[in-house]
Amino acid sequence: MNTGQWLGLITGVLFGFLLQKGRVLRFDKQIGAMLLKDMTILKFMLSAILVGMVGILLLSNAGIITLSHKPMNVGAVLLGGALFGAGWAVMGFCPGTSIGAIGEGRWHAVFAVIGMVAGAAIYAELYPLFKSTVLAWKDFGKIGLQETIGISQWIIVPIFWLVAIALFILFEKKKI
Amino acid sequence: MKLKTEDGGWSPYLAGAFLGLLAIVSVIATTKLIGKTSYLGASTTFVRAAGLAEKKIASDHVALNEYFTETKVKVDWQFMLVIGIFLGAFISSIMDKSFKIESVPPTWEERFGPSIGKRAIGAFVGGIVAMIGARMADGCPSGHGLSGMMQLSVSSLVALAMFFGIGVLVANILYRRRA
Repeated sequence: MNTGQWLGLITGVLFGFLLQKGRVLRFDKQIGAMLLKDMTILKFMLSAILVGMVGILLLSNAGIITLSHKPMNVGAVLLGGALFGAGWAVMGFCPGTSIGAIGEGRWHAVFAVIGMVAGAAIYAELYPLFKSTVLAWKDFGKIGLQETIGISQWIIVPIFWLVAIALFILFEKKKI
Repeated sequence: MKLKTEDGGWSPYLAGAFLGLLAIVSVIATTKLIGKTSYLGASTTFVRAAGLAEKKIASDHVALNEYFTETKVKVDWQFMLVIGIFLGAFISSIMDKSFKIESVPPTWEERFGPSIGKRAIGAFVGGIVAMIGARMADGCPSGHGLSGMMQLSVSSLVALAMFFGIGVLVANILYRRRA
């Protein structure tokens, strides 16, 4: 294995460890969030984002790392996002958590993984069709909120923190 | 705020904050050690897995496919990351004894019964639809939800809103029981 593969493996082990400790790998937690009954995965994701965004934006400002926005391709993000949401609700896992769920013994996630590999193969076959249709509608490119709305990220980040903390207080009050 | 859950897990706030730190360390480590800033993600690996599997039976077909060519079918950093997720979850669940063989999850069973076949079909079909969506949107809850949001990407904000919005809608149709 090369350096990149080793680094990926080590990072992945830590990632999987934290996903499992946060108890977010389970079908019931994922569906629980979608039924607005158990917000564990939102608490987990938002906490990760709050911490991560500060470090990543600081490192990017310092020129140590480069940001890598995914393109704001309108059709792709809207239709793709909707398809993902629908599939996610039926499957009860997302790509990363399906693999972790098998690791903690929830072996029915194997069917989800096989389905997702099949879905990836189907996407590869349909790619030319999507490229000339849904992907061709309108692409705003790789844009960040900072430059798009013209407000400094150091104003956006505190607002994001406040909104997230307000949500956390709401979740705890409602015991969800 | 409790740091531990009743079953020996960690508070999701604590585990999530550690994941945020891991994301920061990971972008530095990939930049320094591989020479390219790489962000946590998972769904591209499913494309590579599909490509590797198809190569065994029809390698010319994979070589000629535009999407596989653009994605580069190989076992890379993210591929090993995804394998690592499996190992990390296994280690953690063995350590705190939360490892449990589960064939049908409780919420599913309440609504659709104990049939493994039904659950398998749901997971398989849901998986196909979700992955087509994730590849179209260019990310999943890891790539968009975590990494994109940390960078304040516009596409990730929209994608995450769609993931959750449609997820809430479909889940409520599927699993909500009439009172």
